Amino acid sequence: MALPQQKQDATEARIAAIAKPAGGVWLTEARNAALSRLRAMGLPHARDEYWKYTRPATLVQPDVPPAAVFELYESAVFHEIDRLQIVFVDGVFDPDASDDLAMAGVEIEPLAQAGAADIHWARELYGVLEANGQSPVERPLAALNTAFAENGVLIRVTGRAEKPVNLSYVQKTENLDVTIHNVVKVEEGADLTLLENGPAASRLNKVLEVEVADGAAFHHVRTQGRAHERRAATHMFARLGKESTFKSFTLTVNGALTRNEAVVEMTGDDAVAHVAGAALGDGATGDFHHDDTVFVTHDAVNCESRQVFKKVLRNGAVGVFQGKILVKDGAQKTDGYQISQSLLLDDDSQFYAKPELEIYADDVACSHGSTSGAIDDEGLFYLRSRGVPKDIATDLMVVAFVAEAIDEIEDEAIAADILGRLEGWLERRRG
Amino acid sequence: MLEIKNLHVKLEEEDKAILNGVDLTVEAGKVHAIMGPNGSGKSTLSYVLSGRDGYEVTDGSAEMDGKDLLELEPEERAAAGLFLAFQYPVEIPGVGNMTFLRTAVNAQRKARGEEEISAADFLKLIREKAKTLKIDADMLKRPVNVGFSGGEKKRNEILQMAILEPKMCILDETDSGLDVDAMKLVAEGVNALRDAGRAFLVITHYQRLLDHIQPDVVHILAGGRIVKTGGPELALEVENNGYADILSEVA
Repeated sequence: MALPQQKQDATEARIAAIAKPAGGVWLTEARNAALSRLRAMGLPHARDEYWKYTRPATLVQPDVPPAAVFELYESAVFHEIDRLQIVFVDGVFDPDASDDLAMAGVEIEPLAQAGAADIHWARELYGVLEANGQSPVERPLAALNTAFAENGVLIRVTGRAEKPVNLSYVQKTENLDVTIHNVVKVEEGADLTLLENGPAASRLNKVLEVEVADGAAFHHVRTQGRAHERRAATHMFARLGKESTFKSFTLTVNGALTRNEAVVEMTGDDAVAHVAGAALGDGATGDFHHDDTVFVTHDAVNCESRQVFKKVLRNGAVGVFQGKILVKDGAQKTDGYQISQSLLLDDDSQFYAKPELEIYADDVACSHGSTSGAIDDEGLFYLRSRGVPKDIATDLMVVAFVAEAIDEIEDEAIAADILGRLEGWLERRRG
Repeated sequence: MLEIKNLHVKLEEEDKAILNGVDLTVEAGKVHAIMGPNGSGKSTLSYVLSGRDGYEVTDGSAEMDGKDLLELEPEERAAAGLFLAFQYPVEIPGVGNMTFLRTAVNAQRKARGEEEISAADFLKLIREKAKTLKIDADMLKRPVNVGFSGGEKKRNEILQMAILEPKMCILDETDSGLDVDAMKLVAEGVNALRDAGRAFLVITHYQRLLDHIQPDVVHILAGGRIVKTGGPELALEVENNGYADILSEVA
């Protein structure tokens, strides 16, 4: 079916605005294939069903919407965690600011470097998991990313990584467009924790492709930067082998527009996939629109998946959750769970939830729930009656509300760091 | 300590008068009990004094140490030294009991211009108080009142009172849902806090709590007014004859 002219024009306008990157054979092939996919799909439009609750215009338009650089006045998240830090400044790998990339059991290469080669292990994943994730729902911004990304890292994990790898995205330039594409291959029985933090850009397009092989484990914790005006479209594509584990948690505070898509395909039996997120938005400090779009496919027997998403919204902030569990024919003994909840701190804020289950196997346990509610007045009064001022009492209850999502982080030190960040942020905001 | 004059209160949402001119003075160092039949306005009185939403004061006043309570926020009343032990303590999932207590202590201290308590001192304080109330470390770690039995919830209220050291303590049907042993434990906790500078208002339906917490003065609340005031013997009279006799006598 031919694309509507308007969509085609918008797509070509965006493509024309980006310089075509140079690279070796494998990467050029992957980029060309992605460009073809992108042209066939066209960039998202407000009338697309998948973009019903989130306006894609500012993510699609050729020019980056103006946005200032946010000065972080506290030390960055994860700095107390023993980790291997890889720093990107304005979207470009900065070797001087980064740690030595050598670590036992882990091979790390910047995409800019590896992409110059003519052949590379990453070609079996780069753009491959993304392409795979374009069906049954199209994700054209991810194809745009694959076609034009010049930066990112390629990580191959062959053993048990001794410490987490932390990708830190520093932004120094205002009105900045950045595209980052990371690929992680966790080989059989191997284990990696990936941390990501920082705003990266005024407008970020980020893709993470992860293959978790049989018996391997991948843990992912990210924070998205507190810049009020930033916009981001991120995609995470994961393919899980037999008895593998994939756990991802995202903390988002602020941001004019964030769309986080997670596409998880469970292809091996007995795998576990958890995707969780906590988002806090306050319209009083700038627009806040946060969209979590999750698609989990069960294509193997006895796999467990969990989606836990919490949003705290005030002063006209908007939250969106589109979450799907697809259980394919034959994926018996599937245990699928999904919960999306919002805490609306006033009448101006909005939460849109679209939970979906599509099940073609007959011996499965799948459940989903979605709630939106105000803060519990009884609890608030109880706290206040003990002398806790209303704003602190509210924040205590906010933290309590998102705790269920933070609990999805397995590593206690990292979970404590995230919780501490959140509490500190709330405290400073109270003034 | 506490001076209530001609207090009239109605429910905000329905035009229903609950208190119709309560007059009550509680002196420092004293324990006053309020007894009364169901629906007499006992709990409303405790909620209005502690500042819960949903009530409208249409007339009268309530002062603590000369300070107008009714114009203060609930947290300001607490910082001024008022404490309500809830009839139904609220469960707050996700908020740890310790975090809650430390936050409350420090918020009150801050409001009074005092130094915050150090983490070490707080831990010492809470361990000591918890021990006498037979509250174990696990209960302190759990979310506030979540999964607590009725007795545990009431003991947790008394623990909060012991930690916060209020001047004016209101106990709203603290005996409800308690077996004899639990009631004794709670009463011991309360008695340990009796002090020349502290006053208690014990609201109860039954006399039995007053066997363990001996009141100085007993009031009977009925129809939203104090209809009779006497010594501890008044509680026994209620126990033996019910409220009907007293009510017909004052009618």
